Amino acid sequence: MSANDTTETDDLTLVQAVRDGLYGEMDRDDEVIVMGEDVGKNGGVFRATEGLYDEFGTDRVIDTPLAESGIVGTAIGMAAYGLKPVPEIQFMGFIYPAFDQIVSHAARIRTRSRGRFTCPMVVRAPYGGGIRAPEHHSESKEAFFVHEPGLKVVVPSTPRDAKGLLAASIRDPDPVVFLEPKLIYRAFRGDVPTEPYTTPLGEAAVRREGSDVSVFTWGAMAQQTVEAADQLAGEIDVEVVDLRTLSPLDTDAIVDSFKKTGRAAVVHEAPKTGGLAGEITATIQEEALLYQEAPIKRITGFDTPFPLYALEDYYLPEPARIKDGIREVVEF
Amino acid sequence: MSTLQRDPDTRVEILDEDGRVRDGATVPDLDDAELVEMYREMRLGRHFDQRAVSLQRQGRMGTFPPMSGQEGAQVGSAHALRDDDWIIPSYREHAAVYGKDVGLAETLQYWMGDERGNQMDGKPVFPAAVPIATQIPHATGLAWASKLKDEDRVFMCYFGDGATSEGDFHEGLNFAGVFDTPSIFFCNNNQWAISVPRERQTASQTIAQKATAYGFDGVQVDGMDPLAVYKVTRDAVEKARNPDGDAPRPTLIEAVQYRFGAHTTADDPSVYRDDEEVEQWKDRDPIDRLEKYLREEGILDDERIETITDEIEDEVADAIDAAESTERPDPAGIFQHVFDQQPARIAEQQAAFERLRDRHGDEELLE
Repeated sequence: MSANDTTETDDLTLVQAVRDGLYGEMDRDDEVIVMGEDVGKNGGVFRATEGLYDEFGTDRVIDTPLAESGIVGTAIGMAAYGLKPVPEIQFMGFIYPAFDQIVSHAARIRTRSRGRFTCPMVVRAPYGGGIRAPEHHSESKEAFFVHEPGLKVVVPSTPRDAKGLLAASIRDPDPVVFLEPKLIYRAFRGDVPTEPYTTPLGEAAVRREGSDVSVFTWGAMAQQTVEAADQLAGEIDVEVVDLRTLSPLDTDAIVDSFKKTGRAAVVHEAPKTGGLAGEITATIQEEALLYQEAPIKRITGFDTPFPLYALEDYYLPEPARIKDGIREVVEF
Repeated sequence: MSTLQRDPDTRVEILDEDGRVRDGATVPDLDDAELVEMYREMRLGRHFDQRAVSLQRQGRMGTFPPMSGQEGAQVGSAHALRDDDWIIPSYREHAAVYGKDVGLAETLQYWMGDERGNQMDGKPVFPAAVPIATQIPHATGLAWASKLKDEDRVFMCYFGDGATSEGDFHEGLNFAGVFDTPSIFFCNNNQWAISVPRERQTASQTIAQKATAYGFDGVQVDGMDPLAVYKVTRDAVEKARNPDGDAPRPTLIEAVQYRFGAHTTADDPSVYRDDEEVEQWKDRDPIDRLEKYLREEGILDDERIETITDEIEDEVADAIDAAESTERPDPAGIFQHVFDQQPARIAEQQAAFERLRDRHGDEELLE
């Protein structure tokens, strides 16, 4: 549902929109609870849960022991018993102790109990690089979770989407890994409807229309890609498609855009090998091979561990690298 | 008498809050030079901490985890180790690893975002562990391997109170008990895991008592009393080094202390704890207590302290100069040390990266 001109809005950053989304869902549904490390009294290390503790109390905004597997594992139990937990993992680089709980249990409990138990849980985690953070604070490992059947994976790139997609994730009957691009947590503001609303999962958004080449991206890279596309205006007419939901992928949006342009690039900050650019490329090959006019270019992080911050700006795709990649596709 | 065979609920203490020896307590056998060195390292740690926080504030360094208040635990425990004993630190043990000749400049280099600061080549120190508790099983594995090689080294693993909630804590200590490894698990219980108080981490009365479940000794010590910390660690080291003793070799030490500052420079503790509490703990400042004791014993006087103050200020200033004047890492370093032999795919990516730099120049890429 989109907001019309008469809708009351607030001018929020992405992280404020996350907080606003949590507030709205907790306000309308008593079964929604927030849990994790430092989410209560401290309001979250990025302030994503600020004020919720005072508003909803210690039974619904829960500071847990420092144990990611414990946080997600108990949230699965709570979800199976009728609550709608929204556990926070403080940084995606610390999600791995909970990996077993997420992939072996949250993702499978519906299947393995033949629908008796479900897991309406949203695991929130800030992810991605570019903020001069310490080691293990900058990874983009969305592909691990996209690879797991039974999980939805959602990545907002605007304040408005952050609130709407989070609300849709919380109301979704299945588990969602909700990855928040922390590089753009406070990078810009946008109009966000004051009242709760949902932005449907599984639907990509065209951020910039174009006819020469389709560039698929998400998260913090959406902004970099639009910037690169704007710089190429007049030379190349670039369409930028923000996928927003990485699982399930919006195949129709990918294929429709590609059929229009016949050329494509994918931009992600995660490593290249095994990254989602491969999946998107293969989808295009399966669905629209006869429209293809050039090889599809992957503009990604490298197949190396994410470097400490002295070198991180070399690691992350930025407009120069993105423009070069787009030109390569168009000039083929 | 060993400090270890005792009720894990009673805390080992030697100095009181005014630096006087408590009734019935025995001061460990340390010569004057070593006591002064411990004092100097604690002062160095405090001064380094203050300068490092200010570097971050000035934009000269990234996020930094300060350790003011915890110098007594770090220095007291590190001094109980032999030169070839190992330290497996978390991310806050700047003073403990200094005892293993990890220079302050190396520590700064790491926090300035340069991986080379984590190399510590040739020193018996494992790279800092930023994720919580993940180093604990590594420490057990290192100790286990050393035992299998018939060495007599001891492996000292540091972690915080929050780490005791992680599965890795349980698994690491359980293996240590089962395989009777030469391990010391040193919990810097500084009362706060970011905003979560110690009471919220565990319903156990103490952290030390958790050792009972793993079948080895647990001991609680005043972590802001460097002499008490030295004493219990020394006893734990002797027991760990002796394969023929009656007692299991591992020990869990809970050093009760307080983090005076923020969790990291990205944290604001005023949101979750009262200044009054901080002030109460500052009355137990480990540096003040050792200084009073050493003055009382005639080992330190104003003149000596002034000299130490000048020396540590110079040492920290030199370390900052060294770290800041070190050439920034070569961007090609991103592609190095991923594997022993660089696979062709990574070599291709590196070549493409170098072409990108040639085409655009670093300035454009980094703008």
